[in-house]
Amino acid sequence: MREINLVINGSDVQATVADRLLLSDFIRDDQRLTGTHVGCEHGYCGSCTVLLDGASVRSCLTLAVQTDGHVIETVESLAVGADLHPIQEAFRSNHGLQCGFCTPGLLMTTLELARENRDCSRDEIRERLAGNLCRCTGYHQIVDAVQAVLRTGLSR
Amino acid sequence: MLTDAVVRTSTGRVVGQRHAHHDFIDKVKGTMLYAADHQPPGMLHGRVIRSTVPSARIVSIDLGAARDLPGVAAILVADDVPHNSLIVRASGGLGELAIEMPILASDRVRYTGEPIALVAAETQQIADHAAELVVITYDELTGVFDPLGAMEAESPLVHDEGNVLVNWHIARGDAQLGFARADVVVEGEYVTQLVEHAYLEPETGVAWIEDDVVTIRASTQVIEHAVEIARILGLPSNKVRVVAAYMGGGFGGKEDMTVEPFLALLAWSTRRPVRMIWDRQESLAASTKRHPMVMRYKTGATSDGRLTAQQVEIIGDAGAYPYLSARIVFAAAVVACGPYQIADVDVRSLAVFTNNVPTSAFRGFGAMQVTFAYESQMDRLAEALHLDPAELRRRNFLSKGDVIPTGETLQTVVAVGETLDRALARLGELPVPSAPHKVVGRGFACNMQPYGRTIWFRDQASAWLTLQADGSLLIRSGVTDLGAGQAASLCQIASEVLGVPLAMVSVYIGDTALTPPAGGTFATRQLYMSGNATLAAATDLRGRLDPVAAQLLGCAATDLDYVDGRVLAIGGGSLGPELGLSLAELVSECARRGVDTSILTVWHADVGTFDPVLGQGDTFPDYTYGTHATDVEVDTDTGEVKVLRYIAVHDVGRAINPMRVEGQIQGGAMQGIGYALTEEIVLDQGVNNSTLFTNYLIPNASDYPDIEAEVVESGEGRGPFGARGIGEPPIGPSAPALANAITNAIGARPTRLPMTPERVLGLIDTTRGKSWNHK
Repeated sequence: MREINLVINGSDVQATVADRLLLSDFIRDDQRLTGTHVGCEHGYCGSCTVLLDGASVRSCLTLAVQTDGHVIETVESLAVGADLHPIQEAFRSNHGLQCGFCTPGLLMTTLELARENRDCSRDEIRERLAGNLCRCTGYHQIVDAVQAVLRTGLSR
Repeated sequence: MLTDAVVRTSTGRVVGQRHAHHDFIDKVKGTMLYAADHQPPGMLHGRVIRSTVPSARIVSIDLGAARDLPGVAAILVADDVPHNSLIVRASGGLGELAIEMPILASDRVRYTGEPIALVAAETQQIADHAAELVVITYDELTGVFDPLGAMEAESPLVHDEGNVLVNWHIARGDAQLGFARADVVVEGEYVTQLVEHAYLEPETGVAWIEDDVVTIRASTQVIEHAVEIARILGLPSNKVRVVAAYMGGGFGGKEDMTVEPFLALLAWSTRRPVRMIWDRQESLAASTKRHPMVMRYKTGATSDGRLTAQQVEIIGDAGAYPYLSARIVFAAAVVACGPYQIADVDVRSLAVFTNNVPTSAFRGFGAMQVTFAYESQMDRLAEALHLDPAELRRRNFLSKGDVIPTGETLQTVVAVGETLDRALARLGELPVPSAPHKVVGRGFACNMQPYGRTIWFRDQASAWLTLQADGSLLIRSGVTDLGAGQAASLCQIASEVLGVPLAMVSVYIGDTALTPPAGGTFATRQLYMSGNATLAAATDLRGRLDPVAAQLLGCAATDLDYVDGRVLAIGGGSLGPELGLSLAELVSECARRGVDTSILTVWHADVGTFDPVLGQGDTFPDYTYGTHATDVEVDTDTGEVKVLRYIAVHDVGRAINPMRVEGQIQGGAMQGIGYALTEEIVLDQGVNNSTLFTNYLIPNASDYPDIEAEVVESGEGRGPFGARGIGEPPIGPSAPALANAITNAIGARPTRLPMTPERVLGLIDTTRGKSWNHK
């Protein structure tokens, strides 16, 4: 067991965790932030994507102890009360989801891209989303949503 | 007179609009509680212990070390299951074998991954560790892994009752006479592979005991399994409650029970909450799959391109247990000839047991595999007749009023021709190859897919609507939501009829205790069934509201308009205020007069019978038709297929929500593209070699271009407002459209899926006079 100190969604968190505990389990089971989903446990599907110091990581391939002293952002950081984040609103209004299981991971990948503050072609967007599998949408409306948010920007 | 002319329908105020689903708010916020997210206090973690061999007698099960592990709460084996037997008679007993499937295997295992024991422990790590400590000794038996081999007389028996689960025969006219009338006959054999649903959320759920009732909240398409779970536990049906969480995808893979009986057994035995999540490897290894099929086709036509006869033999690999195989190969037989008029038809369709992982429902439900075969045959026939493949199809398309091979008359418009014309028009000119070693090709494929359950099951669905004092609406329905908007559709339908704004409609779904039965979400049946039930309930409710409103407003009941939370008299009433009544005022007046504004309506589908001996009778309520067209570029050095354009057009009758329809078409087509080009569960003597997403390759965002979806609204379908089902249909045409495009590009025809670079390169080599074995 080890003590870790980190920031999750803007709040300081102190926890004692097993060395082997995955960040995904830490977030979901210990912190009860169940918006982060686990789809494959081997770093392939991207459902568990969170941001670590602003960069997207697979929380199922990251140990909780590795986040000591770092900043984690999950899907729960996006909305403020009932106000959806522009990325959330873009996915919602463009039908960029169906079952929604892959959505939190896609939103975090999109957040990383959107912070680069540049427009992208549909092909570039598709390259950036290639690490997030979706089985429902065929990606078309997801690309629509990301394209929309890259054009309008992140200001609320 | 019956006609196939497309009737345009006007757009409704709510139906036909591109509304976002109510559930999207929770889904984008991350606050939707999926089945694994609900974590009651004191929860244990479950694990299934599965067979590691495909065919064996179980000699012994040593639980000693696992039981001694601290933190283990329970380990259950076959003897601990009160009623350890399930008999699925998928076709309702029309001629398939009655085979018992144990919940936990006791003396015999028939496939790798078959459940043998269950463990529940304080943490998932302890449960996993305990599972590893269970020692099972097997006496291995010779297995059979190929359905053709399993049909041989000397084959080992998977079940003592025999290896052929069912052998359907559908025949109309005289195929031999039909071939005698033909000027050209083409034959082909087509082979499809084992594939996985690969929903991003694996099989999962949580069970607990509440008021002595076993309550299971799971990712399931069918809450009605509660009855079977009660039987397994030896409890009366009222002691088991199943609640369906919003699913992280289903695609048919959550139509049979997955975690539910295991959770129920563990919770009942420990009296504590238990969660079970099948990890991805377990899901890929042991969950049910799509049937691999061998399909042999013989098709005859006259020199002017009229189809005269078709003979079809379909052999599907059922794996080790029946599940829904009997009904799936039946569906394959019913639509084996596709959307074409053929007078003389003979179809055989078999489901055969092997020691492979069981196969069952998967979007397309048997109708998908045959599309690959019949649309490949149509292109082959066009080539033999020197006819344009689109023209050949146009000469043979079914029309409303035509009789299909089962003897049924088509009751609704067949707009497949319009889907074909639109798809080809949208493609425009064929692009030129991007490099000297590349070639381009164009292909398309049409399909028909049933929507609604096989009608001899006397299907029904119910909806319970309550218009509340403030004018808001509650909808209660037993429907389960896979993510396709099954619940959201009901809101749009009710809102359209009752004028309640969508923001004031709430829908509660999927609870055997609290919502009226809707019969499970499968067979593209929920818009048809629960959509019609909701429409009927809303219409019934209007029947109560209208006389009250008409009297208050001083107009005829037929002149009422319900919109934006108000009731108006069209053209103004003689008594009422200019702005009409609010729904709240109307409900208040109803209450004063003793008119109940809560209503439960049961909607019944058509009923019919099927004669399995004659191969004639009533099968499905109706069909959805479509065409996909694609341009591909093939690298002749590597065999790699690049999809350049992809158009998918379906007649949905009436789009309740066009955005959702487009999403269904795009997602279904993409799943079909994965099936066509990359996806395959590779089994080696019954052992699964594809248990990771690193080797089971589903499409990612950068693999393929946009799916350009187009919706035809013929105005005729049997769902609410003339809608047809669209859940399953878009998955069918992808593989034959791509096969036809690849053939057009390279001059050789793929007949085996998936069409991997290795296989395509092998075909290219045959055109160059080279031949080597690309398996």
